[in-house]
Amino acid sequence: MMTAGEKLRRFFRTDQGVGLLLVSPTALYALLLLAVPLIAIVVISFLTQTGVRDFAPGLSLVNYKEALSDPLYRELMLRSLMVSGSVTVVTVLLAFPIAYFVSFGVKPEQKSLWIFLITIPFWTSYLIRVFLWKVILGYNGVLNSGLKLVGIIDEPLTFILYNVNAVIITLAHAYAPFAILPIFVALEKIDRSYLEASRDLGESRTMTFLRVTLPLAAPGVVAAVLIVFIPTIGDYVTPKLVGGPGGTMIANMIQTQFLRLNNAPLGATLAVLAMLIVAVIAIVFLIVGYRAAGGGKKGGRG
Amino acid sequence: MKTLKTYAILYLVFLYAPIFLLPLFAFNTSTIIAFPLTGFTTEWFTALLDITEMHSALFNSLKIAVTSAVLATIFGIFGAMASTRYHFPGQKGIMGFIMLPLVLPEIIVAVSLLVVILKLGLSTGSWSVIAGHTLICTPFAIAILNSAFAALDPSLEEAAYDLGETRASTFRRVTLPLVMPGIVSALLISFTISMDEFIIAFFLTGADPTLPVYLFSMLRFPKLLPAVMALGTILVVLSILLITIAEIFRRRGAKRAGLKDTGGFL
Repeated sequence: MMTAGEKLRRFFRTDQGVGLLLVSPTALYALLLLAVPLIAIVVISFLTQTGVRDFAPGLSLVNYKEALSDPLYRELMLRSLMVSGSVTVVTVLLAFPIAYFVSFGVKPEQKSLWIFLITIPFWTSYLIRVFLWKVILGYNGVLNSGLKLVGIIDEPLTFILYNVNAVIITLAHAYAPFAILPIFVALEKIDRSYLEASRDLGESRTMTFLRVTLPLAAPGVVAAVLIVFIPTIGDYVTPKLVGGPGGTMIANMIQTQFLRLNNAPLGATLAVLAMLIVAVIAIVFLIVGYRAAGGGKKGGRG
Repeated sequence: MKTLKTYAILYLVFLYAPIFLLPLFAFNTSTIIAFPLTGFTTEWFTALLDITEMHSALFNSLKIAVTSAVLATIFGIFGAMASTRYHFPGQKGIMGFIMLPLVLPEIIVAVSLLVVILKLGLSTGSWSVIAGHTLICTPFAIAILNSAFAALDPSLEEAAYDLGETRASTFRRVTLPLVMPGIVSALLISFTISMDEFIIAFFLTGADPTLPVYLFSMLRFPKLLPAVMALGTILVVLSILLITIAEIFRRRGAKRAGLKDTGGFL
């Protein structure tokens, strides 16, 4: 009979064992610094604050009741969802033609240069970029003075700064590469002979695009939607700098609860609720997308 | 395709608009950040030399970024090696969880770390920012290193085993040199992310602000805005430089492995 220790030692010499051993430092780090804190924040959302660092004993749903019934929190949550949703739609719609152009219209040796050019702005200071949108969209901003100079407008446009529109424009700019890259990767994977076959069988260019290219690009579009929608809901800097009073989002309220009002439990509740709502929407979107794509049927068959 | 190309160029103009405007205002004599430009000056750049709080913030950020980049790359090497070379139970779930910070809003990472730190009775500081930055940089490091390890021909390592090298010496003498471009690229990208990250630093930095946190506080003072533009110009130039070097290394790695280059880090 082998002892348990010997069995374990043997296991860690197999391929599976070595893999598990190798991944363990990274996995352990994620466990301690991500899983544990995420669990902690869920727990804290059920507590009530009594002192600076003290909580009342016992769990309660008080924070959830407050977060769901107070019209201010409800409005912030709905606005955040609306902004995230709009940013996602705008970003993905604007990104698709770019991804399509780089995949189908650019010479293979120039593709990586285009992708590199698209990603560069993303790596430059986020704060500075957001602040410059304020400069561009302002009352005497670059856009208004430019349009006035050309004679398109007489009075500066005021609907583009310190409101939700400004937040949407700025976020659509910040998340552009996140939408372009997954769609580009999906388009690159399409076997070009499918398109030729479709044309040979008498489909027009438009029909080939709609019936072959688009369905095959769908996984990339789904990935782009999720990768834009999920993080934007928690953006703090953009609403703070360009949103004005009417453009504040849930992250600003979470920050206020934690760092100003010293009400960590309510802040935690708002964070948990935001994540929960986003997760539900993402899952529903995935299921609907999966059904629409024919229940995961592989392209080119059926 | 012609209309698409025009659209693509317009889109690039949209993407680069803020970055192109930045130096215009950084070298402009007016203290108001608006057109028309009034004249050329380098005054705002020299003004940066006198803001000592900014210097300590910069030094703090550099310390945090270097440490986080090294840690994230080490975790990245473990993660990427395990996920590309081995199959282990629960692989999808474990890797998925490690990559989660890629989509998780940073504010969630920030507040959840903050509550744990406060609950443990610890105080925040550079160490907690490093902890958070390592967490969010690791997925990027793994994404870059995955392609470096996937491109590596396993028969080279097998040959080393057959010639009597141990696992450790094979890693040091065969694997490491071959994935080195990927490692350099992962280090540079992680460094860039950490240098620029605001939200986690804002919540976890304690008394010593990082450069982005200090910059954010500068934005409230109109008088300081031209200096912000100058600082921003320097930061953008440096980021582009670092990213270009990272891209060169990444491509060299891909070429060494004989891969067709499709471009992009993500």
